[in-house]
Amino acid sequence: MADKERKVLSEADVQRALIRISHEILERNHGIKNLVIVGIRTRGVFLAERLCANIQTIEGSKLPLGYLDITLYRDDLGEIGPRPVVKQTELPFDPTGKVVILVDDVLYTGRTIRAALDAIIDFGRPKAIQLAVLIDRGHRELPIKADYVGKNLPTAKEEQVIVKLSETDQTDEVVIAGGSNE
Amino acid sequence: MSEFRWHRKDLLGLRTLEAVEIRHILDTAKSFQDVSLRSVKKVPALRGKTVANLFLEPSTRTRVSFELAEKRLSADTIQIQKTGSSMVKGETLKDMCRNIESLKVDLVVMRHSFSGAPFRLARHLKASVINAGDGINEHPTQALLDMFTVLEKKGKIEGLNITFIGDILHSRVARSNIWGLTKLGANVTVCGPKTLIPVGIEKLGVRVTYDLNEAVEQADVINLLRIQLERQSESFFPSIREYATAYQINKNVLKRAKSDVVIMHPGPVNRGIEITSDVVDGPYSVILDQVTNGIAVRMAVLFLLCGTAGTETEE
Repeated sequence: MADKERKVLSEADVQRALIRISHEILERNHGIKNLVIVGIRTRGVFLAERLCANIQTIEGSKLPLGYLDITLYRDDLGEIGPRPVVKQTELPFDPTGKVVILVDDVLYTGRTIRAALDAIIDFGRPKAIQLAVLIDRGHRELPIKADYVGKNLPTAKEEQVIVKLSETDQTDEVVIAGGSNE
Repeated sequence: MSEFRWHRKDLLGLRTLEAVEIRHILDTAKSFQDVSLRSVKKVPALRGKTVANLFLEPSTRTRVSFELAEKRLSADTIQIQKTGSSMVKGETLKDMCRNIESLKVDLVVMRHSFSGAPFRLARHLKASVINAGDGINEHPTQALLDMFTVLEKKGKIEGLNITFIGDILHSRVARSNIWGLTKLGANVTVCGPKTLIPVGIEKLGVRVTYDLNEAVEQADVINLLRIQLERQSESFFPSIREYATAYQINKNVLKRAKSDVVIMHPGPVNRGIEITSDVVDGPYSVILDQVTNGIAVRMAVLFLLCGTAGTETEE
């Protein structure tokens, strides 16, 4: 692949964005009362853990943290093809009555979030669900909007947005690859 | 978690599966365990799929386990049993297949008293086929749930001493377990009266002993096989009582076992024959965990197969 990679967020940028989002979450919800954080596997989990750590630094106490695998709720399972790998969902709390902060790395078509909303609602009836993403790259196919965005990134559909996080990819950065941009 | 992707249309036995495929099913099953613990015990993964449960031989736990697994995946299910089905009117298996095909069923779960029947079905059907026990050949989902339970209790399979005691000859559960466990690196021993151990079974890579005490001493896991009263038309041992004297697992026999031995049984249990009540209900027994795990394992298999319809069938 001779595709050029274009860096759009550096390590410091990612950290700054997450700190800002942490503050925005606290500001909008007036503190941490009734809040829980749920990360969507795989990279949403690491971002949720970081938001959780930031909020702990700011407020002094830890939010309940859960992990969601949305595979079983995908809308493309009916199509013929090998099954995607199913990982574990761990929600160590009842979301009923809580404000759930749902966290993912990239918001694109909105289908992952649609699946995640259905999955959470199967566990209980939250008071509200708010969405935090590191990147919003546009091209929505469903009426879904993020409450907290690290960076809005206008992209072409042929392009690929790659979020790298030190937990799995050694470094923190966001790059755009592919597409026809010179 | 492996990044392996599942490609087979059918699950007919563990004989033809690779170790990586077996591990993939067991990994996937782990992710399905929590669905049965939620307040809403249902995920939409098989929504709109139809599963036919074709149980042409009596079965309660396997049939119920499959049905629950299907329902928790949101599949629509139909039940066909021998009594009350056209099988008693003399319909052949092949004609039955054609009819199932016409009903637009996506997946067939089949239990049949003839070894090999599901293989034949799988060749004729575009739908996926799961073998839920064929004659004395294989019962793959039972072996998978046994292996899953071993993993859960012991943290590994490789290197463990796993002993099967009882009627090995008529046991499709033992056969599937032997295929699977040896592929994952367990040391398998079979023990029972000479008449109930198939000749040449050592060729499958298992150790044979006729001495119960010896079989029990080294075992990390003991998997007891039911004395299949319905298959004892010929006399393989003088009497049930004599069998129990020589091969029953009871408190006394277990004194020789390792302190962390795990006792398994595929059910239904003949209390007082192959195992005594105090052992069934005792601290070493994981018999009810096996039942619970069966649902997760069958959900995993159903999930993996659904979506591969139309791909190649193994011979």
